[in-house]
Amino acid sequence: MRVNFTVNGRPYEADDVWEGESLLYVLRERMGLPGSKNACEQGECGSCTVRLDGDPVCACLVAAGQVEGRDVVTVEGLADYARQRAAGGCASGACGDAKNTGTSVDAAQRWEARPADSQTGEAAELSTVQQAFIDAGAVQCGFCTPGLLVAADELIERNPEPSDADIREALSGNLCRCTGYEKILDAVRLAAAREETQTAGTGA
Amino acid sequence: MGVTRTPTSLSQGSQTRGGIGESTLRPDGTLKVTGEFAYSSDMWHEDMLWGFTLRSPHAHAEIRSVDTSEAWKQAGVYAVLTYDDLPTEVKNYGLEIQDTPVLAHGRVRHHGEPVALVAADHPETARRAAAKIVVDYAPLPVVHDEASATAEDAPLLHPGRDDHHASHVPHPNIVHRQPIVRGDAEAARARADVIVSGEYEVGMQDQAFLGPESGLAVPAEDGGVDLYIATQWLHSDLRQIAPVLGLPEDKVRMTLSGVGGAFGGREDLSMQIHACLLALRTGKPVKIVYNRFESFFGHVHRHPAKLWYEHGATRDGRITHMKCRIVLDGGAYASASPAVVGNASSLSVGPYVIDDVDIEAIALYTNNPPCGAMRGFGAVQACFAYEAQMDKLAAELGMDAVEFRQLNAMSQGTVMPTGQEVDSPAPVAEILRRVKSMPLPPERQWESAEGTGAVAGTGIDVRALPGGLSNTTHGEGVVRGVGYAVGIKNVGFSEGFDDYSTARVRLEVVGGKPVAMVHTAMAEVGQGGVTVHAQIARTELGVTDVTIHPADTQVGSAGSTSASRQTYVTGGAVKNTCELVREKVLEIGRAKFGTYHPAWATAELLLEGGKVVTDGGEVLAPLTDVLEDQAVDIESEWRHRPTEPFDLRTGQGFGHVQYSFAAHRAVVEVDTELGLVKVVELACAQDVGKALNPQSVIGQIQGGTTQGLGLAVMEEIVVGEDGKVRNPSFTDYLIPTILDTPTIPVDVLELADEHAPYGLRGVGEAPTLSSTPAVLSAIRAATGLALNRVPVRPEHLTGT
Ligand code: FES
Ligand code: FES
Repeated sequence: MRVNFTVNGRPYEADDVWEGESLLYVLRERMGLPGSKNACEQGECGSCTVRLDGDPVCACLVAAGQVEGRDVVTVEGLADYARQRAAGGCASGACGDAKNTGTSVDAAQRWEARPADSQTGEAAELSTVQQAFIDAGAVQCGFCTPGLLVAADELIERNPEPSDADIREALSGNLCRCTGYEKILDAVRLAAAREETQTAGTGA
Repeated sequence: MGVTRTPTSLSQGSQTRGGIGESTLRPDGTLKVTGEFAYSSDMWHEDMLWGFTLRSPHAHAEIRSVDTSEAWKQAGVYAVLTYDDLPTEVKNYGLEIQDTPVLAHGRVRHHGEPVALVAADHPETARRAAAKIVVDYAPLPVVHDEASATAEDAPLLHPGRDDHHASHVPHPNIVHRQPIVRGDAEAARARADVIVSGEYEVGMQDQAFLGPESGLAVPAEDGGVDLYIATQWLHSDLRQIAPVLGLPEDKVRMTLSGVGGAFGGREDLSMQIHACLLALRTGKPVKIVYNRFESFFGHVHRHPAKLWYEHGATRDGRITHMKCRIVLDGGAYASASPAVVGNASSLSVGPYVIDDVDIEAIALYTNNPPCGAMRGFGAVQACFAYEAQMDKLAAELGMDAVEFRQLNAMSQGTVMPTGQEVDSPAPVAEILRRVKSMPLPPERQWESAEGTGAVAGTGIDVRALPGGLSNTTHGEGVVRGVGYAVGIKNVGFSEGFDDYSTARVRLEVVGGKPVAMVHTAMAEVGQGGVTVHAQIARTELGVTDVTIHPADTQVGSAGSTSASRQTYVTGGAVKNTCELVREKVLEIGRAKFGTYHPAWATAELLLEGGKVVTDGGEVLAPLTDVLEDQAVDIESEWRHRPTEPFDLRTGQGFGHVQYSFAAHRAVVEVDTELGLVKVVELACAQDVGKALNPQSVIGQIQGGTTQGLGLAVMEEIVVGEDGKVRNPSFTDYLIPTILDTPTIPVDVLELADEHAPYGLRGVGEAPTLSSTPAVLSAIRAATGLALNRVPVRPEHLTGT
């Protein structure tokens, strides 16, 4: 089957998709976007969290066919998404006019796995929540990180001043085995505080 | 923010920023938050095939026949392999004992044992083809506990054993037995005013790392194979893989891919050999990724244990003696069982002074899932039991449980039951004092909590109550309890193991700046070793720019990322090689500039801020001038002080490199009607010797604490008497979520161990030990129940 949908602001067409394939499989194995992770493939861990028309969902539980004509944002597009939101654009792409600033399909497909070294990618522009996860020490093995980032970013968008209980509730579908969550809480508090300063700074 | 106290004495002498003692950020952090970091399951190659493993549905069965013909017929299938396809005479592998079949032959010994492999062009094709393989099994009687394993007519799991433990075990279904006898427990027992005993049980815990077992094997033109893999120890994998493939080690080139957590579960091989076999057979790259169901069968677990303990004490609160017997279930294959027995026995006494002991620990062969390394490694099981005993003794004596522990706490100079003197700080009483003196969290927090979780009109935030969002209680029937525990863990590989590491360091001028490159085979599994290596290089070589080379087998072994050893041992190797590089740099400098300044010959010279300076701070030359276009490149092995094996009869021996200590205070609230537990706070104090990266140290302590919490109240692989695993999924095997996990304030001590690099002490495991018994102690305090088993389930609390 053929599926057309938008990923990180770019239209995408997937051919030869088998009916049983999940959105997660199509993103990871057909589109070269392995940022969304595959820790359980049964909707229990949240490591595959993406936004589908703005809502956070487990990509492993979404059949590829279900995303026909819809908009998906993954961790790879998070920084662009945050930038567009800050600029007051239609960040989720939900209003239908895909922005040109997303990861191009071309670039996405040219993405190649490479081993880690000290290339810290300092030039990369990060969203507030991404930077906060690094600064707060919320990343250890990092396998839970992409899903947590998408979920945390959505929380702060919806609730700019979350209480600790709000953060715990919003992230309760995202398992992390390494950190004990304390530094993840720190990171979300930090991101919310920084967002607030930025917003205050722009007089919004 | 707020709740965590970090060590205060952290800024230190280094003039070069980002050195040891600073909370520098992870070098892989940006890649990990952008989704670009390539984990082993993200590997991809043009034309690659997908591998799948057919596993046994039985815990114990004879294999009468395997018919793969229908699987071969499926379109898109490139290979179907069984035992008969193994290319050499080496058919088994194993960490210490080579008893684990690469593919089952004639018999399966546990549920989930690999029987056949398929490679196909789509993972679903591979799965469907595997389902068409017809295996004729004849079920055999299942050995599932000590009684059935050592019964007279017990089926032998490994008949004809010839491993080095075979000759000293009392039964061939016992992998290893370690007694430890010191003093005279019977005579000391006679002096006791009170005696307490108990039988304790620890369920089978899973590492549950999030990144599934996975990797990519790429056949090479020279007949070898390149393997991209997530593991804890590249060279140990290599040593086991190459003989099965029939290749020399230099033709199996291994590169570490991103590792999504490990916690001991990647110490044994999983899909490594399987992917290589399929790749070599098909001539195509083969990727294998386990799903969560398969992951539960794809790695060893923490040994479930039954522990019997007896302690005595005098009226004034001095422990007279301890006797214990620890039975660990090793499952079908040996894995790390012998070493787990060594740990369980030698650390069974806990961090206490007890001169008269009688100890025995064994590990069984059964038809249960194989068990091996998991964070805490044999010390976790013992700590749960001896800490329950400490509470019982204190109660019997009418003493405060913390004061009782402090009265009997070991300290520097204490002699362990193995006869080994503890020759570095052992601040057991102090860490207990510190957790006890932390302020207690306020009562009835559900009443003061705000936010959207409040139940309308009640002012109750159910998220702060047992049962949480299920809205099971508004505080009725909820009681609070506080409990304490402390533990002792060894650091590094023990019992005479040659536990070394290798580091290669290169210093050269790149783009007008001195740059250091650190190359080791250390598996970064999330713990932050790569961060620390860069910090060490900055401190030792006085340069800011440090590159961490990907870990691979092109450099010597770094040993395992386990036993809390990497910062000590590979960190030590990096430090040592940096010192050799520094010597060489100074030699070059002396040759070039020695005649211009007498200090080159007379002063103590350092590398700082990219320059050669005297210990008085005088700059002699920039590194760029010393090195010019010359690179200094050195690879060197480094060893910590040697240990020795425990005597097989008495358990005496200088067996451990270093000890580490953590203490916890748990505050819980229990809904006594529904049997639900909410852990409100889990405070920890730990001595880390020297915090090379304080933020990472605290992250390790909080993560380890949370895994201990999981064992206390939720985590268990349930195995029936038929040896079958009942809950291989995250739906049924629960690990703590952010809602289950409390605030974890951490107090870090830094009392240097003079034997270790920078005085550091391994950090990762100690917090996993005392967390579990502290939570149990708190639940007992809240409910008055005995609770001799973990994990505690609701029915244990409600008696239903
Ligand atoms: S991989 Fe989708 S929820 Fe776990
Ligand atoms: S950092 Fe490893 S699972 Fe969260």
